[in-house]
Amino acid sequence: MRNRIASLLLGTALALGASATAMAQDKAVKIGVLTDLSGLYADLGGPGAVVAAQMAVEDSGMAAKGWKLDVISADHQNKPDIGTSIARQWIDVDKVDVLMDVLNSGVALAVNNVVREKNAVMINSGAATSDLTNAQCSPNTVHWTYDTYMLAHSTGQALVKAGGDTWFFLTADYAFGHALERDTAAVVVAAGGKVIGSVKHPLNTADFSSFLLQAQASKAKIIGMANGGGDTTNTIKQAAEFGIVSGGQKLAGLLLFLSDVHSLGLKVAQGLNFTETFYWDLNDQTRAFSKRFAERMKSKAMPTMVQAGVYAGLLHYFKALEAIGGNPHDGAKVVAKMKELPTDDPLFGKGTIRADGRKLHPAYLFEVKSPAESKGPWDYYKLVGTTSADQAFRPLSESACPLVKK
Amino acid sequence: MQALYAQLLVGLINGSFYALLSLGLAVIFGMLNIINFAHGALYMMGAFVAYFLLNLAGINYWLALLIAPIVVGIFGMILERTMLQWLTGLDHLYGLLLTFGIALVVQGVFQNYFGSSGMPYAIPDELKGGMNLGFMFLPVYRGWVVIFSLVVCLATWFLIEKTRLGAYLRAATENPTLVRAFGINVPRMITLTYGLGVGLAALAGVLSAPINQVRPLMGADLIIVVFAVVVIGGMGSIMGSIITGFALGVIEGLTKYFYPEASNTVVFVLMVLVLLVKPTGLTGRAA
Amino acid sequence: MTVVTDDTLPVTTRAMRDEMIVFAAMAALLVIVPWSGIYPFFVMQALCFALLACAFNLLIGYGGLLSFGHAMFLGTAGYCSGHALKVWGLPPELGIIVGVAAAFVLSVVTGYISIRRQGIYFAMITLALSQLLYFIYLQVPFTHGEDGIQGIPQDHLFGIFDLSKPTVLYYVVLLGFLGGFLLIYRIINSPFGEVLKSIRENEQRAISLGYRTDQYKLLAFILSGTLAGFAGSLKVFVAQNASLTDVHWSMSGEIVLMTLVGGLGTIFGPVVGAFVIIAMQQYLASFGQWVTVIQGGIFVICVLTFRRGVIGEIAHYFRRSL
Repeated sequence: MRNRIASLLLGTALALGASATAMAQDKAVKIGVLTDLSGLYADLGGPGAVVAAQMAVEDSGMAAKGWKLDVISADHQNKPDIGTSIARQWIDVDKVDVLMDVLNSGVALAVNNVVREKNAVMINSGAATSDLTNAQCSPNTVHWTYDTYMLAHSTGQALVKAGGDTWFFLTADYAFGHALERDTAAVVVAAGGKVIGSVKHPLNTADFSSFLLQAQASKAKIIGMANGGGDTTNTIKQAAEFGIVSGGQKLAGLLLFLSDVHSLGLKVAQGLNFTETFYWDLNDQTRAFSKRFAERMKSKAMPTMVQAGVYAGLLHYFKALEAIGGNPHDGAKVVAKMKELPTDDPLFGKGTIRADGRKLHPAYLFEVKSPAESKGPWDYYKLVGTTSADQAFRPLSESACPLVKK
Repeated sequence: MQALYAQLLVGLINGSFYALLSLGLAVIFGMLNIINFAHGALYMMGAFVAYFLLNLAGINYWLALLIAPIVVGIFGMILERTMLQWLTGLDHLYGLLLTFGIALVVQGVFQNYFGSSGMPYAIPDELKGGMNLGFMFLPVYRGWVVIFSLVVCLATWFLIEKTRLGAYLRAATENPTLVRAFGINVPRMITLTYGLGVGLAALAGVLSAPINQVRPLMGADLIIVVFAVVVIGGMGSIMGSIITGFALGVIEGLTKYFYPEASNTVVFVLMVLVLLVKPTGLTGRAA
Repeated sequence: MTVVTDDTLPVTTRAMRDEMIVFAAMAALLVIVPWSGIYPFFVMQALCFALLACAFNLLIGYGGLLSFGHAMFLGTAGYCSGHALKVWGLPPELGIIVGVAAAFVLSVVTGYISIRRQGIYFAMITLALSQLLYFIYLQVPFTHGEDGIQGIPQDHLFGIFDLSKPTVLYYVVLLGFLGGFLLIYRIINSPFGEVLKSIRENEQRAISLGYRTDQYKLLAFILSGTLAGFAGSLKVFVAQNASLTDVHWSMSGEIVLMTLVGGLGTIFGPVVGAFVIIAMQQYLASFGQWVTVIQGGIFVICVLTFRRGVIGEIAHYFRRSL
């Protein structure tokens, strides 16, 4: 008898609890793609990230199950101020649940704080800074595609393994460049290589010739480019002019994307080594997605890894919502669910999200093909090496993230 | 010591761009009393025109060197006729604001259609490869840039200082009313001068296309450095702006070797020093 | 810079009365914002920029000096306040003082250098100086390069007012803005302001009357730079970050644009201009690439057809000074 009463009580309690959550939950989700639509990184994320988000919404099949999904987008113009004020307004006024992409490290770190304060979700794909899942990690943030630690680590390690044991660094003279050089140099030395020199150049340098002359004179086997954006493409272009690659030295990009290779052209970019976590021509699934993606782009461009990360990240977010059974409008709760569920998507394969918000998947070292090797438009890379998911990213033992229990 | 020679030579290349751009600014300023903030944007347009000529019409680099400055020059003359000329008689600063606006529009439109990463432009076959000078490997193209821009600069100087047309020009700068009284069409001369200055910027753009990516923002930061060059040199003299341009390029090149951390600030620091010692600039007269 | 306004008329009691009425109306409107349903963060941001534009206007509208580098004061004060608040853990009032002091020192140094030339050269020099500072901030470690100083604490002002509450923060920012605005108004109408205007109209004559115009210009530059720094320090509490964009030349351009749109040399113009431009950035954010084109277009239109700006045109129509 007592048992029956107990179970009755328990049943009522459960029912009450369930109806309470059902009241807070609904099936409407608002997705905000906050990215650089016009500036330096627009080719990397930009309009392509918006297309990727829309494709994820369509491919998820959530609409057929009664969900209402809305995608909006805005340009943060690479300004942290504008980024945070859009984020605040989106979350407060427009009731946006999840912010996607948020490329540019400065903007991402600023938005990270807003998202945490307002208990929304950020699935970051485009920002490079590994701080997002380290010192500044947040229970509301998942960092999907890549970070500087991973790029430095897997590029450095793989190249030393392939015989590139002497390095010279061309480093952009500010925090980001210094961090890239420091991380890579540590890996190179740990793998048995040697750093024989480095030169720091100012950001947005138009002419790299004097720095390249120094790199050439060093006779290092690998010239590591610890810079990004226009600086990297200019270095590569001018290195071709000074005959650096044809002279037997190799260029290693530490932050380089498909869009950069496309804008450089194979003639100039050939022989370049760098790491990405996604390439459109990896397997049948990536090819199928990328073909559909390119058809929807004005420029007919293949997806970059950042855009792929937006698609895959959003799919996993939907999976977590379905597992919860509705949208609780509670960012930390959804992110916890995302970490609990293993990830499996057509672009990055099977993977996991760690306690610090870091998404784990394999990293690939690519070499850019020569024009003769390329069989058609966008056929740019050949796979040189793979670093497994557990090796590629910063181990939790080195983490400064307060969410990680040691 | 050998490395030093190499850096000196490399510095001359940057100096070529500074010289061409500050020369164009000085020519425009002399006649229109306007500081052309759109100079960087028009430099960028020059590079883009060369890119279009090659990729859409198959017109090679050599013809682009001629066509691009003309196309951009005409664009500049249209700007002058439709907008700049309405500012005559107003404070010079309105010219600065107007051309700043034009620069934003031009750069924004190019960014919208061509993204930010830019387009590649190959070095013409005739100028490929390099020479081993013993102390350095000099890419032929870079040697060409230095020599060609030196020739263009001197030719412009000759045109303005030594020819009849140049004499009219200088006279019109000093006293437009008097020159008009001699039956010379001063407004047309102003338009042509703006076209010439802008054409020089476009020429620099074509020259830089094979070295840098052809990017919408390629001129945006460069123009600020060129402003500092102009402040240092003063805009009173054509030869002065040519020499200051090359000299600052060399100094910047040396800084890249001795103390690379300061190589993007050295021109600005020099500007401060010159202002403290000789506020009118090295060749300038009192304003 | 000869500005086309009517404020060269002698200040009459009627003009003073008009300005006071408009000021009271503006203050009253701003006070009710938190209850109006308008998003307060937007207004706070706009207020910071409005103060910044007013400070800039003090220099160009009344001193005739076009500074194309005013972002350097905004950014310097922002970085210094941010660092003081976050790393040194100072309370808000001291954080603001650190930022304003930094902007003051900077304006003394840059003013001393740049007032050596006039007109266009002055504009180019200030632009070059701010670019120099931009590169320095990019490299020195305390600014954290592209990442900027993030998550700056808001804390309690004077140990009482909790700035993390949006309404409290709003009124603090509003008070800061109104205080700064009144100070500028006072400066403009002081004997110093009158001399400044006379230098703008005809420097040679002012010199021949025995005024040491360089000292007046330097003082105007310092006042303008320091007040711009105050705006930068306030902005730190709103945005909770300090980043390179605040020192970039495009920010200097935006400051010029705000003032130009509102009306150079008008008292209320910069405020209106700041609200217009900030609102435009907010609501056009989804247009992405076209924002800069539109801004450039506004520049061109303003210079060609609309040189008095919004407030300047209104004032001209009613033959009042506003």
